[in-house]
Amino acid sequence: MPANPAAWLVTVARNRAIDRMRRDATLRRKTELLVPAEAEPVDEDDAIPDERLNLVFACCHPALALEAQIALTLRALGGLETGEIARAFLVPEPTMAQRLVRAKRKIRDAGIPFRIPADTILTDRLRAVLRVVYLIFNAGYGPPVRRELCNEAIRLGAMLALLMPDESEVHGLHALLLYQDARRDARVADGSLVLLEDQDRDLWDEAEIAAGHRALERALALPSGGTYVLQASIAAAHGADGSDWPRIAGLYARLAEVEPSPVVELNRAVAVAMARGPEAGLDLLERIEGLDGFYLFHSARADLLRRLDRPAAGAYARAIALAPSELERAFLERRLSELRR
Amino acid sequence: MHYLLLIHDDESADNGDLMPEYTAYTQELQASGALVGANQLQPSDTATTVRVRNGEQVVTDGPFAEAKEVLGGYYLIDVDSLDEALEWAAKIPSARYGGIEVRPVVMRRAEVGA
Repeated sequence: MPANPAAWLVTVARNRAIDRMRRDATLRRKTELLVPAEAEPVDEDDAIPDERLNLVFACCHPALALEAQIALTLRALGGLETGEIARAFLVPEPTMAQRLVRAKRKIRDAGIPFRIPADTILTDRLRAVLRVVYLIFNAGYGPPVRRELCNEAIRLGAMLALLMPDESEVHGLHALLLYQDARRDARVADGSLVLLEDQDRDLWDEAEIAAGHRALERALALPSGGTYVLQASIAAAHGADGSDWPRIAGLYARLAEVEPSPVVELNRAVAVAMARGPEAGLDLLERIEGLDGFYLFHSARADLLRRLDRPAAGAYARAIALAPSELERAFLERRLSELRR
Repeated sequence: MHYLLLIHDDESADNGDLMPEYTAYTQELQASGALVGANQLQPSDTATTVRVRNGEQVVTDGPFAEAKEVLGGYYLIDVDSLDEALEWAAKIPSARYGGIEVRPVVMRRAEVGA
């Protein structure tokens, strides 16, 4: 983190502040005639968190490009230097530096405010903030794994939970990140990705899962949970001694209502396959549209076909062709070769 | 800060009579104290573009760029930050059909001091 993150982000906004101070001074001169000046109470503990929240909302303002929001958030509120952020997102350092400069300039010149948004837009803006934090986590979750990004995302999630204790989705995201992070060691074995159902659950980080449970409890105690609370609830239903598939299938059905998307439908189909058998899952899966370019759709389809003893080689080939990394490709090729045996 | 809210929409589309809504919007903007200026423009087929190249004036018919959505009018407002500017922009009746480009205005020192 810059020694003084606010200053790092705000120096550019100084001119605006000077204008405001000038206006305030005029106002003060006028009001002093009416009301005797009084020292404002200063509470340091309150002042610091508020400033961080203001920074978060400025960094994740929708007027900035998403990649700029991510970079700014990591730089201003995370613990990463420009070079580290550049390496994490596989761009040259000057490119990342330029991205940060451009984003800071827009904050200054377009008048992006440093404050908690008005209630009327708070829900939307908070969603943007949570999305940035989740994207940071996912960029680190890999494969390839970049621990520093996962750690930053969890730290940001904890910070937001502290600063916005009444927002269920904030706790929901915090819980989700903790659950996912707790599985990091079980997720990859011998350099290959391990499906959740095949993971050695003894490798899950128990303390982190317990922290996830605590965060989820706080979320569930609040009204109006959304996508992150549901996703965290799903993660929680994958317990150390097994997964509650009927419950998970039900939660995915609710998630599909809150956030309709073919990817959610895909997960729902997989959960239904586990709860009620591959036939029911495949039935749902074949109805999904728009995922033909998504390797997980084809790998899930291949898996269900394989379990039903139907021809699956074509689906595996399609999944292998689309797999985003060597790790995932290796996993699918192993499954395909098992098929041929 | 001053922001120019540039109203871009498709002139050929029939969106009904928006004038009563525009009048109400302008009154609301004025009552809030944010209104600096506003104008509706004649249709883009009345536009003329002038360029000076090597000292020569080149006058052509039509707006600068051919586009489906064209500049149809603007509001100039004075508000605290981009958030208020976006809020006002979203309330412009044409925002439902076209788009409102929100541009901060460069404030020169002389104007700032004034």
